[in-house]
Parts: sequence; C-alpha cells; structure tokens
Amino acid sequence: MASSIPVSVSAEALPADALSGGRVARRTRRLVAAGAGFVLLLAVMAVTAPWLAPQDPIRQSLRARLAAPTLAAADGRAHLFGTDHLGRDVLSRTIFGARVSLVVGFAAVVVGSLVGAALGILAGYRAGWTDTVIMTVADAQLAFPFVLLAIGIIGVLGPSFPTLVVVIGLSGWVDYARVLRSQVLVLRSREFVDAIHALGGAVPRIVARHILPNVLSTLVVIGTLQLARAIVLEATLSFLGLGIQPPTPSWGGMIQEGREYLDSAWWISIFPGCLLLMTSLVVSRSGDWLRDLLDPTLRSE
Amino acid sequence: MRALAAFLAARLARALIAVWLVSTVVFVVMRLSGDPVPLLLPADAPRSEYARVAKELGTDRPMPVQYAVFLGHVLKGDFGRSIHFREPAMRVALGYLPATVQLGLTAFALAVLVAVPVGVVSAVRRNTAVDHAAMGLALVGQSAPTFFLGILFILVLSLKAGLLPTSGRGDWTHLVLPALTLGAFSMASIARLTRSALLEVLRQDYVRTARAKGLREWRVVAKHAFRNAAIPVLTITGLQLGTLLGASVVTETVFAWPGLGRLAIHSIYNRDYPIVQCVVFLSALVFIVINFAIDLVYGLLDPRIRLR
Repeated sequence: MASSIPVSVSAEALPADALSGGRVARRTRRLVAAGAGFVLLLAVMAVTAPWLAPQDPIRQSLRARLAAPTLAAADGRAHLFGTDHLGRDVLSRTIFGARVSLVVGFAAVVVGSLVGAALGILAGYRAGWTDTVIMTVADAQLAFPFVLLAIGIIGVLGPSFPTLVVVIGLSGWVDYARVLRSQVLVLRSREFVDAIHALGGAVPRIVARHILPNVLSTLVVIGTLQLARAIVLEATLSFLGLGIQPPTPSWGGMIQEGREYLDSAWWISIFPGCLLLMTSLVVSRSGDWLRDLLDPTLRSE
Repeated sequence: MRALAAFLAARLARALIAVWLVSTVVFVVMRLSGDPVPLLLPADAPRSEYARVAKELGTDRPMPVQYAVFLGHVLKGDFGRSIHFREPAMRVALGYLPATVQLGLTAFALAVLVAVPVGVVSAVRRNTAVDHAAMGLALVGQSAPTFFLGILFILVLSLKAGLLPTSGRGDWTHLVLPALTLGAFSMASIARLTRSALLEVLRQDYVRTARAKGLREWRVVAKHAFRNAAIPVLTITGLQLGTLLGASVVTETVFAWPGLGRLAIHSIYNRDYPIVQCVVFLSALVFIVINFAIDLVYGLLDPRIRLR
C-alpha cells in the first residue's frame, strides 16, 4: 500500500503511431525543453530585473522624452529600446514588465488548477448529484463569455492584485475540472482502487496517493496552456486599464501608454508587445507539445 | 424525434441556468461594490435624502428580497437608470448594440471566407511551403493578443502604409481593420480545423474510391471530401460567432468603435454600474442565444449528436 501502483490510463489509449514514433517523440521532447528554457529565461529576467535593467524603470527624464532606440539620448544615456512619453527607459520597463506577467500568470494558474482539480476530482469520484451540480455550473460558465464578466467584475470591484489573480484564475477552472473528472471516472472504476478500498484505505488517502499521481501529467498540460491564456488575459486587462496600475510597468500597460504615440514613437508599444506575443506563442505551443508527449488522448480540440 | 426533443430540452435548461448564473454573479458583484446611494447624491446631501434614495432603490430591504426584486427586474430587462446618460440602462445599451453586431458579423464573415479556402489549400497541398506558411501564420493568429494585433495593424497598415483609417466608424474602410483584428483568432482556428478535418477525410476509403474512379482531384476534394469535413468545421465556426461578440470589447477599445464593448469600458471608468451590468448581461444573453441556436441547427443536421 505504501507505493502507488504505476498505472497510467493514458498509456493504454495511446495510438499505435505515437508509440512507435520514437524520433517524433525525441523531437517533441526537445521542443518542450526549448519552450521551458524560454520561460526559465523569462523568469530569470524577472527575478534579476533590478540588476539586469540598465535603468530605473519609473525614473522620468523629461529631457529624453520619446527618444528613438539609441546609444546616446539627450540625457546622455543609452536607450536600446528608446524612451516613452515621460522619458522612461523602455528596455528597463520591458524587463520589469515580465515580473507582472509571470507572477500574475503563475498565481492565476495555481488558483485555477487548485479549484478546477479539486472540483473535477470531487465530481469524478463522488459522482451522483455532486457531479451534476459541479458540471452544470461548469457548462453554464462555458455558455457565456467569461472574459466580459471578468472585465465587469474587476471594473466594479476595482483593480488589485488579488482580484486580478482570482478572476483570471477562476476564468479557467472549467478546463481542469472537465478533463480531470473524466479521467477520475475511469480511474475510480479500476481494480487497484477497488483493492485499496477493500483493504480499508480512506478516500482522501486514495485520492492523494493513487488518483492524483495518475492525473498529474494532465494537470501539467492544462496548466501550461492556461498559463499562456492567463498571461494574455492579464496583459489585456492592463491594456484596458483594469490590470496592474501605473507606475508599475506591465506589458499591457506599456502598450496602452504607447498607443497615443504610435505614429511618432512606435517602440513604446511594439517592444513589450513583441515580447508578449513571443511569450504567448512559445508557452501555448509548449503546452501543445507537452500534450503530444504526455497525454495524446487529450488531443480533442 | 423524442431524442431530439430531449436533447433540445437539456440544452435549453443549460442556457436558462447560464442566464440565471450570469444574473446572480451580476447581483453579487453589484452588492460587493458597496452602497450605490452615495454615487447618486452630492457629497453634502442631507441624511433624509440618503434614506429617500435608499428606499427608492430598495437597498434598505433585506438581501433576499433585493435579490428577488433584482431577478424580477432582469426578467423585464430593467437594469435601472444610467447615472451618466440619465436614461434607462437597457435603452442606452440597445442603442450601441447594432455597431457591435455589425463588427461581429463582418469579422465572422471575413474569418470564414478566408479561413476555409486557406484550410482546404493547406490540406490539399500538405507539407508544401504554402501549407507551412499558412499554418505558421495561423499559430501566430491563435496566440497573438487581440489588442496587440490591432496595434500592429494600425501601425503597419494605416500609419505607415496609409491604406486604411485608424479608428472610428464610417464607411466600409473603417470596418476592415477592426474586423480583421477581431476575426484573426477565429480565422486561425477555423483554418487549422478545416485543414485537419479535411486531412482526416482524405485518408478515408471512399476518397480513394472516388480517385480510383478517375475523378479529377478538385472534384474529389470538393464533392466527396469537403462535404464530410464540413461538420466539425461547422461546430467550431458556430462557437466562434459567440466568442467574437464577447471578444469585441478589446477590439472596440483599440479602434474606438462605438459599440457595446466600448460602452462597457467607458461606463466602468464613469462608475456607471447599471450600464456595466446591462452590457454584461446583454452580451451573455446574445452569446447564450447563439449557442442555443447552433445546438438547434446542429441537432437537426447530425443525428449522432442528439444523444451525447
């Protein structure tokens, strides 16, 4: 009973060509590693921002307003990404902006996966009316544009870090819950769970030691896809003025600030925007690759 | 027929529960935002004035009663008066609805008209440069944040190339960039799905038979393969229509498009909560109705789906 029985539901359902495609798997593994490397790099950048950034991201320099990318602006400093309408260094702000994106993104994924996994496992394990209620709410949430509701909620409650994390996190719980529920439904009816039941295993222990390890890879795949979504949603809310508030630099906020100067100073919006686009693309592709690698049965959408 | 009726009843129940949930969330958020009375009165208003407005709004009654009254008002489409416009919120919101519908439908039409042919060409010319380019672009389109895509279009197509206006609503040229921006995600999704659905069908025996009969390739693709690939494409396409209306908030803000989404954002800044609630509710309702209509059409088209 001490060791969890190494049963993987997904392995049995693997299509034959995925099992034989060793070369494809190796390539996918390398792509996932590259994606993880990118996120790690971004994380290192976010953590070391105070040392990495060439300048204070909120220090204004009115003499060097709207300077194009240059090595020597009017204030005698190098601004590789130029400066914004207040003369702040765009490169430094872009580096600091990674902090908001990653912290809000990861925190939202933690909130969403905790709620989603708990409810999904509960629905799958308990079945009956618990399952009916949870899945009805999940269906209903899918049946309306939650993003709009999120904008309304944050607009009324006022933007703050906790509100942002909870709302972005909760906007994604359904994905975890639906997939985990169906996996747990399958797992629950398997002999090894029955055996543990017969041996007198308590339900929380069965879930923690035998169900959870089996659905972990699914959780990681959905979490990665949700991370990309959360980062984009945070940037969108910041762009609308409903996210992280100035002067804290965030990519969405920077794109919004640069919008007025798009014609004369494109660099204010475009540099953070390109990094945001790259992050979103790499993270969501990594999620796809990870899914191909860990759990091809999820490949329905 | 009974199976179909049961399917539709289940979907109708789902739609109604969704409407009820939206209204409840709107109510809860409204209460969490605090007492609306001070918003309506000048700071130096006498105490008796506060009591009068509270009575008028019903905020002096117990919470469950307020909830019941609120639900009753929702059923009648009554979200109170706009603080900013001094008109019923629903009337104001309905005035902004046509612009959003116009943008949403144009974006949808553009997405479908571009995506389906691209997906077909990609599938037929599988693994060629055309396919790789189209699918690479589709991947970017699927993960690019809508608002940044809009900014890029404005920068490149209107500011640098001077082809199209940057914002506002006027003749058809004003519609191109917002529709392209709003439709980009759907376009990418539909193109990718069309490609994979068609590839799946092209592998089938009946396609081989059609080819063996000596039919021309375009006839095989158009008559035998595409028709069968169309069902999953239709589902996703339908779902995209609903998503488009929800996503238009961002696009409308970027392009200063005078629709519901921009109204919502403005009302948030103005703390005009009756309008915010009304727009959220109205958009959710449109989305739910569209999804229900798609279920209806789909249930009639594909007998297999009815019992799912």
